[in-house]
Amino acid sequence: MNVIQPIAAPGKPAAATLGLVDVDIHPRPHAIEDFRPFLSERWWEHLQTWGMRARHGFTAGQPPFPKAQPLASRRDAWPPNGGTPASDLDFLRFQLLDNYGIDYGVLNPLQPSGQGDRNNGFSAAMAHATNEWQLEAWLRKEPRLRGSVVVPYEDPQASAAEIRKRAGDPNFCQVLMMSRTAEPAGNPRYWPIYEAAVEAGLPVAFHAFGYSGWAMTNGGWPSFYIEEVSEHATSCQNQVISLVTEGVFERFPGLKVILIECGFAWLPSVGWRLDKHWRHLKSEVPHLKRAPSEYIRDHIWVSTQPMEEPERGQHILDTCEWVGWDHILFASDYPHWDFDDPRAAIPGVIPAERRRGIYGGNARALYGF
Amino acid sequence: MFSRFRPIDCDLHPMVPDMRALTPYMDEFWRDQVEERGITTLDTQSWPVRSPKTIRQDWRGADGRGAGTVELLRAQSMDRLGTAMGILNPLYGVQLVFNEDMAAAFTRALNDWTRAEWLDRDDRLRASIVLPLQSVEASVAEIERLAPDPRFVQVLVLVMGEVPLGRRHYWPVLEACARHGLPLGIHAGSAYRHPQTSVGWTSWYLEEYAANQQAFQSTLASLLTEGAFSKFPDLRVVLLESGVTWLPSFLWRLQKTWKGVRFEVPWVDRLPVEIVRDQVRLTVQPLDAPEDGAIVQRVMDQLRSDALLLWASDWPHWQYDGDAAMPPGIPESLWPKLMRDNPLATYQRLREGVVA
Amino acid sequence: MARIVVAPVGEIPAGGRKLIEAEGKRIVVFNLGGEFYALSDRCPHQGGSLCAGLVSGHVESAAPGEYRYSRRGEMVRCPWHYWEFDIRTGKSWFDPKRVQVRQFPAQVASGATLVEGPYVAETFPVKVEDEYVVVDA
Repeated sequence: MNVIQPIAAPGKPAAATLGLVDVDIHPRPHAIEDFRPFLSERWWEHLQTWGMRARHGFTAGQPPFPKAQPLASRRDAWPPNGGTPASDLDFLRFQLLDNYGIDYGVLNPLQPSGQGDRNNGFSAAMAHATNEWQLEAWLRKEPRLRGSVVVPYEDPQASAAEIRKRAGDPNFCQVLMMSRTAEPAGNPRYWPIYEAAVEAGLPVAFHAFGYSGWAMTNGGWPSFYIEEVSEHATSCQNQVISLVTEGVFERFPGLKVILIECGFAWLPSVGWRLDKHWRHLKSEVPHLKRAPSEYIRDHIWVSTQPMEEPERGQHILDTCEWVGWDHILFASDYPHWDFDDPRAAIPGVIPAERRRGIYGGNARALYGF
Repeated sequence: MFSRFRPIDCDLHPMVPDMRALTPYMDEFWRDQVEERGITTLDTQSWPVRSPKTIRQDWRGADGRGAGTVELLRAQSMDRLGTAMGILNPLYGVQLVFNEDMAAAFTRALNDWTRAEWLDRDDRLRASIVLPLQSVEASVAEIERLAPDPRFVQVLVLVMGEVPLGRRHYWPVLEACARHGLPLGIHAGSAYRHPQTSVGWTSWYLEEYAANQQAFQSTLASLLTEGAFSKFPDLRVVLLESGVTWLPSFLWRLQKTWKGVRFEVPWVDRLPVEIVRDQVRLTVQPLDAPEDGAIVQRVMDQLRSDALLLWASDWPHWQYDGDAAMPPGIPESLWPKLMRDNPLATYQRLREGVVA
Repeated sequence: MARIVVAPVGEIPAGGRKLIEAEGKRIVVFNLGGEFYALSDRCPHQGGSLCAGLVSGHVESAAPGEYRYSRRGEMVRCPWHYWEFDIRTGKSWFDPKRVQVRQFPAQVASGATLVEGPYVAETFPVKVEDEYVVVDA
């Protein structure tokens, strides 16, 4: 039987002596009207009439695999004054930033952001509006928060333009893509995004989600939400494989990639697999100058939530070592249903000096906070 | 080399030279179709013949092909390694054919070719029944047709098909497998109904080959969540050429999610890791791991079982050089289990045909 | 151990719940059709507040595709990660032996038996003629 611990009072994890950085917070608008000031009349009308059109059949608001909970959110995250989870800055401060003593929180706006929309022009307009809304509703009001440059990634030129608009604005700390792009993320057609990000000194984060338009597994559509959750990991694995094999990190040696909410315990195996078979297939990919796992180790960061849970807790230690202790970042995923409490999420087997890095040191080094 | 272990090689790939090799095993209609429509080969992009991985360089003939005869198998693998028994898993693109009648005809021919050209020529050999999964009815019929021959010890499908393998649509096939004591062998490779990734088509073969690792995760997730293992408790699933080391992290994630959303799949009424330990096995070649024995040991420890792995040479694919047919880092103390005990425990039909 | 007077019986309707803090503990008291059950408000996983969780039913299955749904209102799901616990026992569904929420004895007592104490009741007077939900924690 589990021992019941004393009441969890507000407070920072004891080991967060280098600060506490949460790299995955999902702000929502109160209502879509919040975006209206930042959309042209034409695109506002488009949104009103046609709505958002992702690469799946349902209209906005209904994901193809229904979530475990409404808006995939914690039941205790609906603000007492009304509105949807993480739409109220004061309540987000109370329930998240103040409660855990978070020093920096990174906003990753999900839908409605227009990312992955079938209409590129609309996607670009929505991404721009989402970024303006982040500044207006969150970043200028709360100095602990940092924003993501939301880009219409299926239109890489428009994405690069949006990144260049935000370059130098300290409110933004990364470029945000969804993990399910319409083609593998290493494909040269996406390179303008990476070029602009490197130029702006911003890492590129892939947050698990989005709809590529292709089946959610390479053997067809699954049936259940539990499979969809599992397939976030496989999609991200394919993105890592693509980024490496296409030579993105040779072309952009300054590029830093963050995998958010993708899990991470799979990363060593992907690297080992690529290394093993690259040795026999080098003639196909002469543009790779180093072993694939070396690119992964140098260029890819991961976030904790959801952190895989081994049956034997200490097995996570080997895995974290293989990933690289200095490349693991704490994420709460607030306000989603699989939210992690920073004090409880990092298993006790992980030594304090490693926790320090995960809680804050690694993210501060990466983002320059 | 390994003869003191009397090893059982669980993954050998006889290669069909071309369609003319199969036509003798077709009826007149399909024989003429092949000829009249100019169907020359079913070689697939999963295994480009000239790719260094497909056939080890020193095992190729002058035409660049290989693995075409029992004599080559004996000389290059079985006699050198001291293999006591070997299981043939033919990889020829019958699964890619879109016409399900044609697929069934070609698959029957492939299985009959395997029986006549390989099984009848070396009594150490066993084989998988290749299934024309384009049709559930044809697949069940093929199992019923060949199951009476005890030398067929499992069925064979590709890991990337049309819909995930756990889907109930396929359950008559799983039922037939369980009833006949035939494990469901799932091999790397695609029927090309979908891109090799859930984010689209890959540019490179290295990328495509790597993506089998994701396919095995998706397929196992499907079999687990659809309830195939609880519906067919006698079913054994063998993952062939999966790379192995993806398994622990996959299960850690799936099981964590299941604790919260198991309401969606209430027939999964025990820990997924336990189901896998009871009903799933994996061939060990290739092992996606560094050559550092200490790391391999730690990966083995994460698997938490020495009953899961089956030895395979993967002939003629290039996974190793010389006779180093056991992946580096696997301690010799485990070899008897991998080479003999585990295959015998997995394949009911091997046990029945074997002298202790 | 202390005897805590949680509320007059009428204050927690059937299907309702009340969160109390007493003796350094946060405890959630559920009314299941007139029977009262008290659990620690702290999920044994990461400490999510069970009081804020969804109360739902229990689904089991004899075979894939069959859903046997019963015990509506008797399972509580932590708002974080959605682990489900039996309100009557505090046991988790997926590992009932090892993963449990601590349970506290709860009962209905008449004001008459409580008048002499000792008990803890923070914000309301206890009247002889009323009935109260009482938890030993």
